[in-house]
Formats: sequence, C-alpha cells, structure tokens
Amino acid sequence: MSINRRQFLKLVGVSTVAGIGGTAVFNGLRNSGLEAAQTSPDPRSLNGKRWGFVVDVSKLKSDEDYKKCIDACHSIHNVPDMSGLPEEIRIRQEVKWIWKDNFERTFPTAPEAEYQNSELKEKNFFLFCNHCAQPACVRVCPTKATFKRKDGIVMQDMHRCIGCRFCMAACPYGARSFNWRDPRGKDDNGQPFIKEENKEFPTRMIGVVEKCTLCYERLAIGKIPACVEVSGGAIVFGDLEDPNSEVRKILAEKYTIRRKPELGTQPSIYYVIGGGEHAG
Amino acid sequence: MLDKALSGSKRYWTWIFILLAVIGVAFLTYLKQFNEGLGISGMSRDVSWGLYIGQFTFLVGVAASAVMLVIPYYLHDFKKFGKIVILGEFLAISAVIMCVLFIFVDMGQPMRITNVILYPTLNSVMFWDSVVLMGYLVLNLVIGWTTLGAERKGVKPPQWVKPLIYLSVPWAVSIHTVTAFLYAGVPGRHFWLTAVMAPRFLASAFAGGPALLILLALLVRKFTKFDPGTEPIQALAKIVTYAMFANVFLLGMEFFTAFYSNIPGHMHPFHYLYAGVDGHNKLVPLMWVSSIFAITSLALLVFPGIRKNEKILAFACAILFISLWIDKGFGLVIGGFVPNMFEGITEYWPTLPEAIITSGVWAIGLLVLTVLYKVAISVRETA
Repeated sequence: MSINRRQFLKLVGVSTVAGIGGTAVFNGLRNSGLEAAQTSPDPRSLNGKRWGFVVDVSKLKSDEDYKKCIDACHSIHNVPDMSGLPEEIRIRQEVKWIWKDNFERTFPTAPEAEYQNSELKEKNFFLFCNHCAQPACVRVCPTKATFKRKDGIVMQDMHRCIGCRFCMAACPYGARSFNWRDPRGKDDNGQPFIKEENKEFPTRMIGVVEKCTLCYERLAIGKIPACVEVSGGAIVFGDLEDPNSEVRKILAEKYTIRRKPELGTQPSIYYVIGGGEHAG
Repeated sequence: MLDKALSGSKRYWTWIFILLAVIGVAFLTYLKQFNEGLGISGMSRDVSWGLYIGQFTFLVGVAASAVMLVIPYYLHDFKKFGKIVILGEFLAISAVIMCVLFIFVDMGQPMRITNVILYPTLNSVMFWDSVVLMGYLVLNLVIGWTTLGAERKGVKPPQWVKPLIYLSVPWAVSIHTVTAFLYAGVPGRHFWLTAVMAPRFLASAFAGGPALLILLALLVRKFTKFDPGTEPIQALAKIVTYAMFANVFLLGMEFFTAFYSNIPGHMHPFHYLYAGVDGHNKLVPLMWVSSIFAITSLALLVFPGIRKNEKILAFACAILFISLWIDKGFGLVIGGFVPNMFEGITEYWPTLPEAIITSGVWAIGLLVLTVLYKVAISVRETA
C-alpha cells in the first residue's frame, strides 16, 4: 500500500490523538481500584461497618455546650473561621463541618411543625454530613473525589476534587462547603482564617469542596470523633450495623428521626425527639 | 480553507478586534478569579451554581439545535436547507466551545480538568455529559469541514461522511438529554426533579437555536453577498413556532403539577421566581420579562401572514431568544437553589467580574462563529 504525504500526516495526527486519549483512559481504569487507606492499620483503630451518630440535644443546656462541640471539630480540622468577614459575605462563603439550627430548618420536610410544642420548636439541633448509605454526592462526583469507605464514612480526596460543585447541588442536606476563597488566607483586617493551625491535619486549598469526615483520622488511632468526645453525651457514636452498639441500644429505646428520609439517601445520623425528662 | 478568514473587509477586521478586546479584558478578569477564587462571583454555599452553569446549559441547547436543519435536509431531502445547513453545523461548533469554556471558568480547580478523563466515573452524569459534548464537537467539525471542503471543489461530499451525519442526529438529542439529567437526577431539589426536564430542554433548544439561526441568516444576507434565501428562513420560522409552543406547554405542565398538587416544596421555587418570597424578589422582573417575551413572540409567530414579514420575524426571534436565555440560562439554575436545603432564602446575583468573564466566553464563541461563517461564506461567494 502506498500513501502520499497528505494521507501520512493525517494518519499520524489521528493516531497521536487516539494514543494520548487512549493511554489516559487505560491508566485511569487501572488506578481506579486504589483507595485512600493506610497500608497496615493501627492496632488501636476503631473498626465498624457503618459508623453513625445519635444526637440527643436535650443534653445540651446552653449555647456554650453547642459551641464546645463546634470548636472542638473546627479547630482540629483547620476549618477556616470567617467570622471576621462582613456578615453578608460570611453566610455565603463560610466553611462549616458542624453547626446548629432550629427544628424547622433542620427538618424542613418533617411532619407538621405548625402547632408543635414550643420547646421542640425553639431547640437547636446539630447539623453535619449525614454519611448516607446511599450518598447522592458520591453518585454525581465525576472524578470519584468523593467516595464512601467500607466503614460507611463519606469523604473526599482534596487533591482530586476539580471544584465542579455537582456534589453541592446533589446533597439534600447542605452539608458541603466550597472554598470560595483561600482558607489559608486572611480576611480584610489581616486576620488569618485559620487562627492556630493543627499541623497534624492538612489545610485545604482554594476551589475544593469539604465537609465532616467523621474524624476518620481519630478513628484510625482509636479515638472517637472530636465532637462526640466533648458533647457530654449529646452526640453518641457507634456502629449502626452492630446490634450491641450504644447507638443501636438508643435507637431501640427512643423515638428518633432522620433528616429528609423520604429521599432514600439513608442518613446515618439519627436525632432523638422529645427526649429528656419528658420522654416516656 | 482557513486562509479565507484572513482576508476581509475593514468592517470584518473591526468586528474581530472588538471581540478580541472583550476577550482580553475578560481574560484579565479570569486571572483575578483564578488567583482569588470563585468568591469573586455572586455564588454562595446555598446557590453554588450561577450564571456560568446557566449559560452552559442554555448553549448546549443552541448546539443541539443544528439537528433541526440536519433532519429535514439529510433525512427528508428538504433541498432548500442545503444552503444553510452549514450555518447550523458551524453554530453548533461555536456553541459547544462556549459550553466547554463555561464549565472551565466555573471550576474551582480548572488545572485538574483532565481528572474527568483520568478517573472516568460511569455513575456520574457529568462524566457522560463531557463525553457526549466532546463527541458532538468532533462530529460537527468533521461533518462541517468535509462537506464545505467538497463544496469548494464542486464535488459531492465523500461517502464516509454520511453515516457520521446520521449519527449526529441522535447524538444531538443525547447532549441535551444528558445535560437535563445533570439536574433532573438529584434528590431534594424540587424545581429540577421533573421528568419533563429533558423534553423541555429539547423543546426550548429547538426553538431558541433556530431562532438565533434566523437572526444570523438575516445578518449574513445584510452584510455579505451570500443570500441564505427566503424559503429556508420561513421553514425555520415554522420549526421555531412549533418548538416554542411545545416549550411553553411543558412549562405550563410544571405550573399545574406544582400548584394543583399544592405541595409546598414544589410551589416554593415558582413563588420565588415569579412573585418573590418574603421580600426576596431579585429574579421576579426577569422572569416576567421572559414570560411576556415568550407569549408575544408566539403571538407574532403563529400567524403565517405576520411571520412572512422578515422585520417582524426578526423581532419575534430576538425576543424569543431573550426569553429562553433568561428562562434557561438563569432562572432554571437559580430556581433549583432557592429556597435552599433548609427552606431558607439566599439570593443570587452575578457580580461584575462574573458578568465580564461571561461576556468574554460569549466573545470567544462569536469569534469562532465569525471565522467559521467567514470561511463558509467566502466559499459560497467564490463558488
């Protein structure tokens, strides 16, 4: 077969393009089996099939009790504190892994709130990532940067995230924060967003999405999540698949609800309702 | 053939330099966004997509609309479209390029864009959207360039291009269907969770794209020696009319389902968009402009006697295009985010840098379109 110069150049061009694309795809397929995990786990590590929380806010008496949990999480995870920004910008761009809000906003689709008892209506609840068993964020992520671990934790690879924010559109719980500005940077008054950096935990870069990771780094060395530790029993941590776990015992005894269960995401965070002294 | 874009009148070059100037300013603004982050946009943790993704969505429709020329011409042998089918294909190329750029400027970590290919994720609609969009770009480039090249030489297009043309028909439908799935497949956002999302996307695309094409054809006639002809323009006008009726009908379906069922979550986004909620009403004037323009354009288009007047036709197409641009390029995305996941309201409005970057991407699209049309028209003028 003889080909002229023009045909030859065409052929070279096409095979180059196909070559680059093809290799990339095959490399991708090969790598996709990898998971972010240690090669040999620490013997102290806590292991579960589906980690979850039961939240009983009747145990929280004051704003200080809430603040303690939030600060414990945000300080060790280098979550930028944007309180120095103008309020208008802060509420739009802040990063939060755990926060509080009232019943109506925590459970917007919960049955009937109109004539609810005022105690429940005014009580604040903790909100965080639900570590869903059927996470919508994982389903939509185009790069597998957000993934679900074998122990049920939904977390993300900050170095793979492309910042497309599809996960934020998909999460029905508003649990995901995007780094709209550099979290390692400073506010307009020159105050750094991260007041005291915890060198044990990575800071993030601009343009990636983040959220609660259920303290995977603490579980790996046998510690319970930071918010649980300081919550005075308001947040109980355990394996939902283990019938003898503390969380399962509470679920068997008390009336609990989850956020937006009708969406089929199967949250792993349960809330005790009508607990405390009034509980039957 | 590209050499034909390098020789043109003074007017041609003035237009090119205006576009380059806009692109230059937008590029500098983009560098600012690249350094400081997407915080310089109007987006927020509650409204995490804005103008960029809206424009992307709208332009996928413009790209898909080329099929409204390809089907009559290649499948039904409607010869009159022979002169303008290339204009549709080249419009598709320019639109897809804008789509890709709008995705790019919306990314938090744009340098990692190849991760979508390096870690192909079959369960992500966004992965499939990038696959079908790139495929559609290649198809239209190959088809458009080959058929135009053949025409320049005065020969028939090669046989191998025929199967590609047939393939481009379902492919065009796929790009807009998959784009609709980006929205219609996420839980908890009532405004998007609707089975008519993809049909409505297609209907609005087949109205908006050809409407733009009519305007472009009229401009081409005005500024060049190439006349796309009266009949193809009138045939396009018919397509625009039918498609726009289908689109408005489907929008009506959305209203009925939301308000007759009386389910709060389904009604809230409509309340916000068309009436405002608790004094939050930034989008209300826009949405009403969109509605009024839609109805006015239909009133003008539905009577054959009126749409035969090309001045009125141009006006109707212009307001129809604006109507759909507001509805799909803005309202659709924002309506999904407001109210937010806590039934609260965080409003969105694009910032100046965001608007500049957006016009920069449009300018790049127009530049590509101008160059491609210049080539196509030069081939026609010398033929």
